[in-house]
Amino acid sequence: MKPERMERRQFLKGTLGAAGMVALSGCDNLTQSSWFPGILGKAERLTETVQRAITPRDALAKEYRAADISKNFPANGNTDPGTEEYAEHVAQGFSDWTLEVVGLVQTPRSWSLAALKELPTRTQITRHDCVEGWSAIGKWTGVPIGDLMHQVEPLPSARYAVFYCADVDDEGVAYYESMALADCYHPQTILAYELNDAPLDIPHGAPLRLRFERQLGYKQAKYVTRIELVDSLAGIGGGKGGYWEDQGYEWYAGI
Amino acid sequence: MAASIRFRDHAVNPGVEPVPSAELPASATASARDRGASAAPSVERVYRHRLPVRISHWLNVPFLIILIMSGLQIFNAHPALYWGDRSDRDQALLAIRPVQTESGEVKGLTTILGHQFETTGVLGYSNGMSRGFPAWATIPSGKWLAMGRQWHLFFAWLFVTNGLIFTAYALASRHVTRDLTPTGKDWRGIGKSIKDHLILRHPSGNEAKRYNVLQKLAYATILFIVAPLIVLTGLAMSPTIDTAFPWLLTMFGGRQAARTIHFIASFSFVGFIVIHVLQVVLTGFLNNIRSMVTGWFTVRHEGVSHEA
Repeated sequence: MKPERMERRQFLKGTLGAAGMVALSGCDNLTQSSWFPGILGKAERLTETVQRAITPRDALAKEYRAADISKNFPANGNTDPGTEEYAEHVAQGFSDWTLEVVGLVQTPRSWSLAALKELPTRTQITRHDCVEGWSAIGKWTGVPIGDLMHQVEPLPSARYAVFYCADVDDEGVAYYESMALADCYHPQTILAYELNDAPLDIPHGAPLRLRFERQLGYKQAKYVTRIELVDSLAGIGGGKGGYWEDQGYEWYAGI
Repeated sequence: MAASIRFRDHAVNPGVEPVPSAELPASATASARDRGASAAPSVERVYRHRLPVRISHWLNVPFLIILIMSGLQIFNAHPALYWGDRSDRDQALLAIRPVQTESGEVKGLTTILGHQFETTGVLGYSNGMSRGFPAWATIPSGKWLAMGRQWHLFFAWLFVTNGLIFTAYALASRHVTRDLTPTGKDWRGIGKSIKDHLILRHPSGNEAKRYNVLQKLAYATILFIVAPLIVLTGLAMSPTIDTAFPWLLTMFGGRQAARTIHFIASFSFVGFIVIHVLQVVLTGFLNNIRSMVTGWFTVRHEGVSHEA
């Protein structure tokens, strides 16, 4: 090998190596800074605005055939609330479980699980896309949330629906989620009580979980006990609109 | 403005055949050789890259590095790839995982289409951590999916915007037809060009003013195949976009297939970047860098053919 070639190679290696190190530590510094993540976060609003503009309001998520259903539907996040109160509900077969719809509504209401099951149902075989990257297909049966909204009549000031859950994390922080009120009226947005023709099991959110098909898995709140309509998400939990959002995930989980 | 005025007056575009003149015959290399030692070596300055091309090129450097590295951070959250719509664990095309041996030692294992490789130190297990790609390859370096997504989805917008502006410019300015589309002569010389590339012999003299056929094909493939593919497969992973454009899922064979294609396309970019940078170094690093910074490229016409 000619010395000239060797120098070139070393030069290349050195330059790339140094540039790489600078770039990487620079990115980590930016990530840790007080201002940069705020700039990155601006993309979420842009994504939401554009996606909402190009997606027909009632466009349906793809519905699959029974043959497409995943043999093993993974359960992520909390797989058992683990509280005494919840254990009691499990022991009683969720006969005392109630769903409340409150907040900025004309008529606050609550339904027992049995009463919810009396309402018109919707069944859909859809794909669940986890933020981690995996996808699973399941058959969900439940009550369209839009139907519940028609019964409670949201006030004009209501902008978001907040879903409160029965589970808490290891540090006792309660799970919750939220969505734009308009998304509650999407035909595939349901409170599901069955997965693959069987009552929802504990890992998948028994007895009631949210299916919000056009967004990622972490929005699909499990163990839902209460829906509150609000005009602002500030002051609820960490203020970002959900347990995962408070950990830095996007509130608008359309991508 | 100065640059574009200068361009109109003096530009010699890379795709245009060199202007024949007494001083610069069409087959410069051959005639220079004919003239032998009597021909004094000369240096010609060529305006090679126009301003929009240069700006777009340099913007892509950080954009692509960030997108690739933050993409690997996201991939690490579920380091496996599949075909179709579902991710059935037993049907993975590629899976990277840590495995604890009986002695308690942890190894990184990578399985590709049923073939298993030990990749400890790089894939599966590196620097004492169980992770797909190692810390030096991801943004942020630590495991942090939420932040990786923030970087990725922010820079995706910038990359797409830059790409659309560049493509519009390249089409309108005829950069595509003039400089990136192989001519009939190019196609006929492709065998020789491949041979020359393999033995690292590079065009010199007037031939160095224009892109060679493999270069044209590489740039055109990246611009018209790989880049659109990476954007569309990225969009196909969005559950909302899938409801707006269901044909995306059909086109790519499912959401997990789109994710796999997205990954392959990103590694096509990595391969392109490695070869591109290597060629930049091998064919005159400073001259190449100068031409991409200022636009001006130097071509040497010598008495003897350029030593490869």
